Amino acid sequence: MTEDVTIYIDGREIKAKAGQSLLRAALDNGVYIPNLCDLRERETPEASCRLCFVELEGVPEPVTSCSTGVEEGMVARTDSWRVRELVAAGFELLMTTHPVDCAACPGNKRCALQEIAKKMKFKLKSGRLPEILRDAPLDLSHPRIGYDSDRCVMCGRCVYVCNEEAGARAIDFIHRGLKMTVGVFGGGPLAESSCISCMRCVEVCPVKAFYEKTKETDV
Amino acid sequence: MTDTVSDRFEKLKEKAASERAGLKGGAEVLITVGTATCGRSAGALETLAAIKAAVKENSINARVMEVGCHGHCYAEPLVSISKPGWPEIYYGNITEGLAPFLIKNFLVNEDPALEWALGAVKENEIVPSVYYSPRFGGELRRLLARCGRIDPENIFHYIAEDGYSGLVKALKSSQMAAIDEIKKSGLRGLGGAGFPTWRKWAAVRAAAAEKKFVICNADEGDPGAFMDRTLIESDPFALIEGMTIAGYAVGAAKGFIYVRNEYPLAVERISAAVTSAKREGLLGTNILGSGLDFDIEVVQGAGAFVCGEETALINSLEGRRGTPRLRPAFPAERGYKGCPTLVNNVKTLSYVYWIMARGAEEFASVGTKDSKGTAVFALAGKTRNPGLVEVPMGTTLREIIFEIGGGIPPVIKPSQLPGEKPVMKARAFKAVQIGGPSGGCLPESLLDTPVDFDSLREAGAIMGSGGMVVMDEDNCMVAAAEYFLDFTMKESCGKCVFCRVGVKHMLDILSRITRGEGSEEDLATLEELADKVKRGSLCNLGKTAPNPVLTTLRYFRNEYEAHIEEKVCPACECEALIAYYIDLEKCRRACDACVGSCPTEAIYTRSDRLKAIAQEKCVKCHSCLEACPASYDAVFLVSPANAIPEQKPDKKSDGARAGGGPEKRKE
Ligand SMILES: Cc1cc2nc3c(=O)[nH]c(=O)nc-3n(C[C@H](O)[C@H](O)[C@H](O)COP(=O)(O)O)c2cc1C
Ligand code: SF4
Ligand code: SF4
Ligand code: FES
Repeated sequence: MTEDVTIYIDGREIKAKAGQSLLRAALDNGVYIPNLCDLRERETPEASCRLCFVELEGVPEPVTSCSTGVEEGMVARTDSWRVRELVAAGFELLMTTHPVDCAACPGNKRCALQEIAKKMKFKLKSGRLPEILRDAPLDLSHPRIGYDSDRCVMCGRCVYVCNEEAGARAIDFIHRGLKMTVGVFGGGPLAESSCISCMRCVEVCPVKAFYEKTKETDV
Repeated sequence: MTDTVSDRFEKLKEKAASERAGLKGGAEVLITVGTATCGRSAGALETLAAIKAAVKENSINARVMEVGCHGHCYAEPLVSISKPGWPEIYYGNITEGLAPFLIKNFLVNEDPALEWALGAVKENEIVPSVYYSPRFGGELRRLLARCGRIDPENIFHYIAEDGYSGLVKALKSSQMAAIDEIKKSGLRGLGGAGFPTWRKWAAVRAAAAEKKFVICNADEGDPGAFMDRTLIESDPFALIEGMTIAGYAVGAAKGFIYVRNEYPLAVERISAAVTSAKREGLLGTNILGSGLDFDIEVVQGAGAFVCGEETALINSLEGRRGTPRLRPAFPAERGYKGCPTLVNNVKTLSYVYWIMARGAEEFASVGTKDSKGTAVFALAGKTRNPGLVEVPMGTTLREIIFEIGGGIPPVIKPSQLPGEKPVMKARAFKAVQIGGPSGGCLPESLLDTPVDFDSLREAGAIMGSGGMVVMDEDNCMVAAAEYFLDFTMKESCGKCVFCRVGVKHMLDILSRITRGEGSEEDLATLEELADKVKRGSLCNLGKTAPNPVLTTLRYFRNEYEAHIEEKVCPACECEALIAYYIDLEKCRRACDACVGSCPTEAIYTRSDRLKAIAQEKCVKCHSCLEACPASYDAVFLVSPANAIPEQKPDKKSDGARAGGGPEKRKE
């Protein structure tokens, strides 16, 4: 039996489960905090998307809520200007590397980026920073899965489910820095990987860089 | 048990003493040549061969021994000679060509060739000692004490020089006592962050786990830093001894030395040293009969800067992608294979031996309130005496740069014409960059800052790995920031967005500014991004990446503004903002030197037979400036590039005009 702890987010009293992360406690109680890389199935957080910042009472700098465990009496703010500025900057930077052509995207209306922009009132496109797009070829080799690595936001969810959950070890992060991407080890097409077509990557991908082929998208 | 330890150690010491007494191997003369990586790149192996040949040719009864690196880069290849009747003398810059003359003059003709000598190794009445020069005398060598003085492959040389007395003392006391000694000393991690070493040790020791590990971080990825390499190549047993003490204190039976993969000689030497330590019962099972088991494995790094970050290093050791993990959990709780793991730098672990052998009090006899002992820097850039410098914590930047480093060297234009003298132009100090790509650039007004962890951090720099690059008036601060950011951008692991994307946008803005295309808004965006990347990044690579930008903005904002508002590079370094001109007052009719040097035929002869540069053809290659003879010195640089209107033929005054207004002129 997990005990409940009482925490306060934006002045609201919330009952959370001990051992739970602040992010999940907030989401479960209807407090929105933007996030991309957190995956419920995953025990240790990746903490790489850097969007789930909150301010904690007594802590000088904002912290990522996915990697912060709840504690009795914890006081957090999701709406301070410091948090908002930092999250806005992270989102703006991310969006300079993501093609914003929603109408043509298989993830349109099911996309976490659109959701974040809407809920946080962020613009999808940076007004001041130029785009840094990758322009990699679309991988349509697999009979059921399409993969457009240009859309990937490096959240690592697919890598986790493919390796740790399904054990298929078909995909992983490859390259470093700006060239980093999710791909088949060695660089080949998905059809030639050890993919077992479990479709988990499609399920977890927040932006549908991995998507299930349909009549319309199957080109 | 402790009796066994003492007995066995006494036997090793006896052997070491007799080995050292026989250092010359029955020969009359001992010659040493520093053949670590830095010596080798200056030609030390060729010098070594030339010395051996000369010794043979002149039938001299001498032993020629290879030693490690002294850290005196400006004097490589470095040779020492000890000959009966003379003190041991250091000779600098002994090239392959010079070596036979040195051997012949000194060893055949009794002339010690003092013109090539740096000085005697010790005080004596015949030859002045090197310690009269501040480059030697200003240092306090503890970590570097044996570097270049012993055969790094011979464990008995190490034992004869006090080696392994630290481990023996540790084995005779309790584990807690060893940690207490480190605590009393005040030693802080020399890998960059300055974290109190004893706290990590105590945490690993206190962690309840069957298996624990010690990792030595020898990834040393900072451009310009090479002290860890030098220590491993020149004094590897100190590190092995320090690690063994650490293993004993924290309760680990296994250690890894993670060596940067670009360091083949270091890998070779440390592996050989591990083998010899095992052979002598100083590593492996039942060390010195004490019952302690500790083994070391040498692992080659994955070749990325970020693999020096401790959690990325552990991932890499486990065979995963070398990307940082979220901390906490810290390695001391959950490290290699999930076990409590101690990660310390090469210098930190090498110092452990010293503290155990000499005691915490002696260690703390130098330093500042919160930073005890000494620090090692790799002095480079615009300095007369580049190399490794070890000084007490709290020594000022000014002392290091101007006394030990000998100040800023002049620019020398060599003579080209017969009978011409070279011309020297003094250069003024501008900034010192400390701590590599995570560090900062400090200006002249901060030269009296003491070097210790906290003072440097307050000034905006960090101790980091100890890289110290001196810059003079010819260095552009915007270009310097661009250089370091380009490094971090390429080394970012890509995991988190602030570092992967933010640093790239910052770099693009800097490049625009150095091209003269920057705007006021760019500067504001740059400042904002720097702040966000610092706060938002996951690991310290990203968190510290903005430091070079933040410090140059703080101390040299006027340079940024000059680039943006006036299109002027005050240092005349940014290519897009400068132009080459010929001073018609100085140009000589009879000379054609620059014309031939220009690869694009941009230089033409005017009707008055003076030379001028067709700006549209100039590729800014610097050749004409070098070709123009020292006594004319007619080519100069201006910024902005359009400071001088195109030289009209036959109007003599055109090219001479410069200065005043925002332009900068440099000869
Ligand atoms: C990007 C990055 C690179 C690093 N590289 C090194 C390195 O090459 N060598 C090193 O000892 N520490 C390096 N560190 C610091 C280590 O993470 C760690 O703090 C250090 O090894 C601890 O040793 P110490 O306590 O003895 O200083 C690096 C840190 C970062 C963030
Ligand atoms: S493909 Fe999708 S799930 Fe995988 S890392 Fe990219 S954004 Fe995340
Ligand atoms: S800050 Fe940079 S190096 Fe560190 S985890 Fe993020 S992307 Fe990787
Ligand atoms: S959800 Fe916390 S960093 Fe991605």
